[in-house]
Amino acid sequence: MAEKKLRQIAIYGKGGIGKSTTTQNTVAGLASLGKKILIIGCDPKADSTRLILHAKAQTTVMDKVRELGTVEDLELEDVMKVGYHDVKCVESGGPEPGVGCAGRGVITAINFLEEEGAYTPDLDFVFYDVLGDVVCGGFAMPIRENKAQEIYIVVSGEMMAMYAANNIAKGILKYAATGTVRLAGLICNSRNTDCESELIEALAKRLGTQMIHMIPRDNQVQRAEMRRMTVIEYSPEHKQAEEYRILAQKISDNKMFVIPTPLEMEDLEDLLMEFGIMEEEDETIVGVAETA
Amino acid sequence: MAERKPIKGITIESTEKLIAETLAEMPEKAQKKRAPHLGANEPSASPCAVKSNKKVVPGIMSQRGCAYAGAKGVVWGPIRDMIHISHGPVGCGVYSWGTRRNLMQGIPGVTSFPMDFTSDFQERDIVYGGDLKLEKLIREADELFPLNKGMSVLSECPVGLIGDDINSTARKMEKELDKLVVPCNCEGFRGVSQSLGHHISNDSIRDHIIGKFKFKEEAGPYDIALIGDYNIGGDVWAAKPILEEIGLTVKSVWTGDGEVEKIGATHSVKLNLIHCYRSMNYMCKVMEEKWNIPWLEYNFFGPTKIEESLRAIGEMFDDKIKKNVEKVIKKYKPEMKSVVDQYKPRLDGKTAMLFVGGLRPRHTIGAYEDLGIQITGAGYEFAHQDDYDRTAPEMAKGTLIYDDVSEFELEKFVEELKPDLVGSGIKEKYVFQKAGIPFRQMHSWDYSGPYHGYEGFKIFARDIDMAINSPTWDLVKSPF
Repeated sequence: MAEKKLRQIAIYGKGGIGKSTTTQNTVAGLASLGKKILIIGCDPKADSTRLILHAKAQTTVMDKVRELGTVEDLELEDVMKVGYHDVKCVESGGPEPGVGCAGRGVITAINFLEEEGAYTPDLDFVFYDVLGDVVCGGFAMPIRENKAQEIYIVVSGEMMAMYAANNIAKGILKYAATGTVRLAGLICNSRNTDCESELIEALAKRLGTQMIHMIPRDNQVQRAEMRRMTVIEYSPEHKQAEEYRILAQKISDNKMFVIPTPLEMEDLEDLLMEFGIMEEEDETIVGVAETA
Repeated sequence: MAERKPIKGITIESTEKLIAETLAEMPEKAQKKRAPHLGANEPSASPCAVKSNKKVVPGIMSQRGCAYAGAKGVVWGPIRDMIHISHGPVGCGVYSWGTRRNLMQGIPGVTSFPMDFTSDFQERDIVYGGDLKLEKLIREADELFPLNKGMSVLSECPVGLIGDDINSTARKMEKELDKLVVPCNCEGFRGVSQSLGHHISNDSIRDHIIGKFKFKEEAGPYDIALIGDYNIGGDVWAAKPILEEIGLTVKSVWTGDGEVEKIGATHSVKLNLIHCYRSMNYMCKVMEEKWNIPWLEYNFFGPTKIEESLRAIGEMFDDKIKKNVEKVIKKYKPEMKSVVDQYKPRLDGKTAMLFVGGLRPRHTIGAYEDLGIQITGAGYEFAHQDDYDRTAPEMAKGTLIYDDVSEFELEKFVEELKPDLVGSGIKEKYVFQKAGIPFRQMHSWDYSGPYHGYEGFKIFARDIDMAINSPTWDLVKSPF
């Protein structure tokens, strides 16, 4: 049997876009196809594994580091849990907003997992679910050398989501030059905006990539989430479950890994205007206060 | 002041040639950046043409320290009755522990605290923040050493990077312990040298200490404070008795062998005498603005400068003090003459090059000259324009002035000018000694001192003679 090649995948996207939900549903889809997967949550909120584990909050790497004092005293089994279809789950964890350094928490956690041999040969995929904005080097950790090679950006037809996607592409470009990280596609998590599919297709084209799948909006996702479950586990026959299975299969089969070509701000705005998401700017009103 | 006689073989042209030759060895960009920091002295030029207080040129071996070093090592460290906390990973605290020879009296752990207190940051403190650990450390330190008169919290780099709020922790603990807890945001990455650390520390003293205390004794007409004497090798203990002999009362010293409550009561003195202008002029200006306290720079290196300074100090007071000044000068004259008589014949006509922090190159020139030694080159690690303006008139025309000099430049200059002595820091010491050039470590007085005052001059003269005239260099044979 040919040796399996571990594929490391990072999911980025604007905050609140549905990265964690999409990741876990997709992972459940891959797992139901028989793939072995490890999810690493890279967000201090630690909500990347709850649907797989049916847990409120998993004990995080940094929780244990805080308790034990040093990362050296930590054991892998203290922080790795196994959930739906043997999906392994780890959360990096980190501080409350406003104190300390969440980015360092991600770095510490990933270094720990590497050193402790969390990336076992039986794995097919590692998924990194990363905090919305790549605000500092810590959150770029998953795309640095020898970690995630494939990036999927979760996006919707909303303007800010597309700005964020373009910025993330810029980050990938920076690391692509020195490493093996590539953009693998945009996942459109539909918000039912106008011409959403066409718009994301157009954006994907401009970035040099593809819209790998468009997930329609369906409240079944929320119904499953209330039970701390993925749609695939909660209602495998539901049409939304099938959407995630399709996405999972597409990711499994994906061969399109590119160095992105991010847009200049003006080009992005032109694109948005073309689709009527943004209105033509009237330069004569900029900086002029309302007068009586 | 009369201009110094030119030094034989040194002209503006020869110095400019030397600078040009030295610069020629560097890449073009570095040349362009370094050129304004090197110059031939023009004693009457004001401002001094040499540029200073700029970011180090990358790739050059600079001798500079960081803002934390300026805060911990210079300003706070010498205050003996406070606990000084190095907040961050352990290294900064350890390597700044007891390395500066700012001598202090007291019983360690009881009336003085020359230990290394550090919050010893680990990964979890970076990730979750170190505020709670700091609180705990302050509480525990106070339990272990209840006689401390307060604490300073000195931020290391990571504290600034992760945005720990030491100011609110300090406020909270000050309330809880009912004693001073002074935050000082002196992260090492701030500013271009240790100089900003001095300034930040001065500001912390302004905001948290000065004006908060009163002297036990009634205020007197001759109350003064010594500012910017850090008691290196016991300098304060050599300087204070002279001032007391002329009838002044030294109420507090900033910060050599310092006591924080006296520092905090300094706003009630009549005159501030400032020694290290570079590191503490800020607070003199604050006290002048807020409490109308005049300040005067003085120089206690070598009898000529001591006499000049004493007379200037006398001018600030009444006839009684003026008379005392003359009496004291007369009293020590024979002793100083005998020192000069003993050493000058052995040192006359020698030359020296100096490179120290922000004050000593210009301040010690008088002492060298009392012994017949001429200064052919001088410069500072972290001085500003006003320091160079004060330096130019103290140097002969055409002598070499170098700011933030690199290891390469200094070696080259010394090679060309061939001084009989180099006075600089620990990082230069072995470079020049290995080249067979006599050297004195002028940050810490090379484990000697004091060098201030009448007592200090005797030791200074002995040390300089010992360095220059040691037979060691004749006994060493180069294998090359």
